[in-house]
Amino acid sequence: MWDRPIGGGNSLSRMTRNTQGSPYAPHTDAETAAMLAAVGADSEAALFDIPEGVAFDDTFDIPARSERAVRREIGRTLDRTDDLTEFLGRGHYAHYVPSLVDDIARRQEFLTSYTQYQPEVAQGFLQALFEYQSILVELTGLDVANCSMYDAACALGEAATLSQRVRSVSGDRLLVPENLREGKRATLEQYARGPSLTVDTYPTEGGVADVDGLHERLDGDVAMVYAETPTVCGAIEEHLGAIGEAAADNDALYVLGSDPVALALLERPADVGADVVVGEADVIGVGTTYGMGLGLFVTREEYLRQVPGRLVGAAEDATDRRTYTLTLQTREQHIRKERATSNICTNQAWLALRAAVHAALLGPDGLVDLAEECVRLPRDLAARLTEIRGIRAPVHERHHFREFQAHTDQPAAAVAADLEAEGYAVHVVGEHRLQICVTDANAHAVDGFVAAMREVA
Amino acid sequence: MSDEPADTNERADVADSQREYSTYDQARWSQDGVYEPLLSEKDSTTVTIDASADGGDGEGEGEASGGPLPDDLTRDSLTLPGLAEPTVARHYVRLSEMNYGVESGPFPLGSCTMKYNPKFTEDLARRPSAAVHPDRSDRSVQGVLGVMHGLQDYLARIGGMADVTLQPPAGAAGEFTGIQIARAYHEANGEERTEVVVPESAHGTNFATAAMVGFDVVELPSDEDGRVDLDALRAAVGPDTAALMLTNPNTLGLFERDIEAVADIVHDAGGLLYYDGANLNALLGRARPGDMGFDVMHYNVHKTFATPHGGGGPGAGPVGVSEELVPYLPTPHVRKAPDQEGGDFELVEPAQTIGKVHGFQGNWPVCLKAYAYIARLGDPGLRDASAKAVLNANYLASQIDYEVPYGPFHHEFVASAGDADAADVAKRMLDYGVHPPTTKWPETVDEALMTEPTEIESKDSLDDLAAAFDAVAGEDEATVAAAPKRTAARRIDQVAAARSPRLSWHDLD
Repeated sequence: MWDRPIGGGNSLSRMTRNTQGSPYAPHTDAETAAMLAAVGADSEAALFDIPEGVAFDDTFDIPARSERAVRREIGRTLDRTDDLTEFLGRGHYAHYVPSLVDDIARRQEFLTSYTQYQPEVAQGFLQALFEYQSILVELTGLDVANCSMYDAACALGEAATLSQRVRSVSGDRLLVPENLREGKRATLEQYARGPSLTVDTYPTEGGVADVDGLHERLDGDVAMVYAETPTVCGAIEEHLGAIGEAAADNDALYVLGSDPVALALLERPADVGADVVVGEADVIGVGTTYGMGLGLFVTREEYLRQVPGRLVGAAEDATDRRTYTLTLQTREQHIRKERATSNICTNQAWLALRAAVHAALLGPDGLVDLAEECVRLPRDLAARLTEIRGIRAPVHERHHFREFQAHTDQPAAAVAADLEAEGYAVHVVGEHRLQICVTDANAHAVDGFVAAMREVA
Repeated sequence: MSDEPADTNERADVADSQREYSTYDQARWSQDGVYEPLLSEKDSTTVTIDASADGGDGEGEGEASGGPLPDDLTRDSLTLPGLAEPTVARHYVRLSEMNYGVESGPFPLGSCTMKYNPKFTEDLARRPSAAVHPDRSDRSVQGVLGVMHGLQDYLARIGGMADVTLQPPAGAAGEFTGIQIARAYHEANGEERTEVVVPESAHGTNFATAAMVGFDVVELPSDEDGRVDLDALRAAVGPDTAALMLTNPNTLGLFERDIEAVADIVHDAGGLLYYDGANLNALLGRARPGDMGFDVMHYNVHKTFATPHGGGGPGAGPVGVSEELVPYLPTPHVRKAPDQEGGDFELVEPAQTIGKVHGFQGNWPVCLKAYAYIARLGDPGLRDASAKAVLNANYLASQIDYEVPYGPFHHEFVASAGDADAADVAKRMLDYGVHPPTTKWPETVDEALMTEPTEIESKDSLDDLAAAFDAVAGEDEATVAAAPKRTAARRIDQVAAARSPRLSWHDLD
């Protein structure tokens, strides 16, 4: 029992501290007895008002373990995951996260606090979220950023339901690129089910939107047109303005998917007519998390009262000084119930804090440098791979961001399996097609990766 | 630091009470009449984006002097703060000092279960072997799948459910998943059911979720004991009923004693019973939703299983289902591999899956922390956590001078501020170094103070908390209305803020 908290340090508490129960319940046996006496109960069991018919008198068969034992046990399980160098992207990306981000985020004042319903004691988190919103406003050129959603897929789903609440939009068809990532499309369909919306696709050509094809699919029934830059295959979308015009001509909401690093360099959404920007903000400050996500959601001021999720606004306190508070809460479920804009409440605030700290550390120079690296690294890697017999890269004659697709003469699955044996993970996206992602996080491994590809291709 | 604060550490402004209350002064950084300035007020730097000299095809020689992309694919410039690391570090440390957390003091927010978050779970979540990409092959991420399967299994045992999905990234997302499952189940049976029944005292999310999934909401009144009114329930359910969403113990902390009858009424009408797991911390090892007749439930791991709230997430809202609903779980689902050639665990698509509720597989690092917490406590710890949570709520209620109209309650109670405004009482409590309860909800209690101390408070800290409650009860209206004074910011005018929204530093003068 050496590793259980023993509290006060005198021998009495050592003997009687709550060693048989939760290590995080600080009661000594004497305190428990005194508290039971104060409430007039004979035992803890007497406090439960549970009818016999539904009382549980078995065990879960889960043994209690020391902290050290749990760490060893879970550590051993986790270590059964192969140590591969990942060249993976397609919606979940790794960039180097500076140590300060973790250090700040782990401060208990941030990590353990609740949603800021008492703003007077939560100014720190509120200001960080206000700054996060401001960074997204700058990156998109739109007016209103909420302070987080679950992930890009859920943010897209919320954008679709927003299209139903906006007066200038009618129709019940949602147009998305035919090559939209499957998980994103399936999540969108989940959100579309309640309001009876239909998810439909428009064609792509060479990794970007086929604008003529889009026009053929567009009519007055379309409520939302969704496009991404970079696209799912890593191409920088070249037709953002034309897509926006097509959407506007049909009174459809134009929703654009991107991320904060790409937005630092690529066309500003406000300049191409975007009504809503969604995407994954966990590309900064978070790192690889098996896809946890941090949905970003930014829109025009005219849709302010229809925005899902939490908003932090500036306010004044009793001394007339500027402060921050959650605001426009009448959109939300705890006030508006079934008429709320969404059921979302707790989502990814702590990750928004992390993204804000990372953005602050990068500054505008660092963000733009990182984004430019995301163009050069895949360009250079594709140029090296395409010199290997049996590989042609990139498949699409476009500018790429972080990732690109490569043709393999051999079956792609076999090449990927052989690469995995060499210690590298890539996507298989077709019978003879791989997708390869390279950023500052794995750039150091490019030489080894190219050598491995030369062996297996 | 400038002219603050006028209100020093003296206790003269604090009313007498039987016990010494704690005093508290939150850090308050301030410069030139502004609290900690914004990043944008510390620096604003504009970077101009250079276009590539060669048109951006990457073939030219001139690239080194320009950017990598042609002008028509890039923005013109970017304006953001550009600060050195020590400046950034100091900014965020100051902000953290102006924020109250669970380790700062008691945090008895009703229905929120603000437990201590064990540190070792953070260390586990940061292991490099846990930081993998979701598109890795099943075979190469056996450690991740093993922990996920372990948590699915633990949660199923704790809830009395047949199987569990970890995909929903929050409690509300869990509700969304569970009600989509109910919808899919009825559709598969060829039934068009259009209504979800929700008690009036339920969490706002229940109403919002049912509406999001496309159901009409039927609000169910409580009986005078504060529980489900069986006659009203019988009248409310019928062939249109898809599900009843219920929290047990309910938001007043009361166990729904008639739960077996409730289940029969709903099931006889062909509906499903949905369990909102917000209050599961009252029942660990004492009762299980599955045994009560619930068909589908969500768990709030950031409540019951001590993963940090992070100022508003990430949490996780795993969903458990009965045997009959297993085929409808979201895809992909982790299971033990029948032939172990590709490893012990694999991802599969359930036969009648509702699809996905998250782009990937939810908040994996949070699930890892929850698994570690459950493994640490085991049966005795989980059972004791609930016992001490219920004991603490009962003890605290017995020590305060406020009426608690409904009982017997479990892990939380709802006191009434009586003639006082509950929101004002809460603001004043901040001055005593405690976080106040949830206020003005549920509406079944006038000026509600919904209080959930959790098992982590000692008798001593509960006495502190009670002293804070009572100190405020003894104070005059003007003092309470002027509170808080000792916090980083004074009373904030939220009404004015909503009237003229300023949502980024671009909106400030």
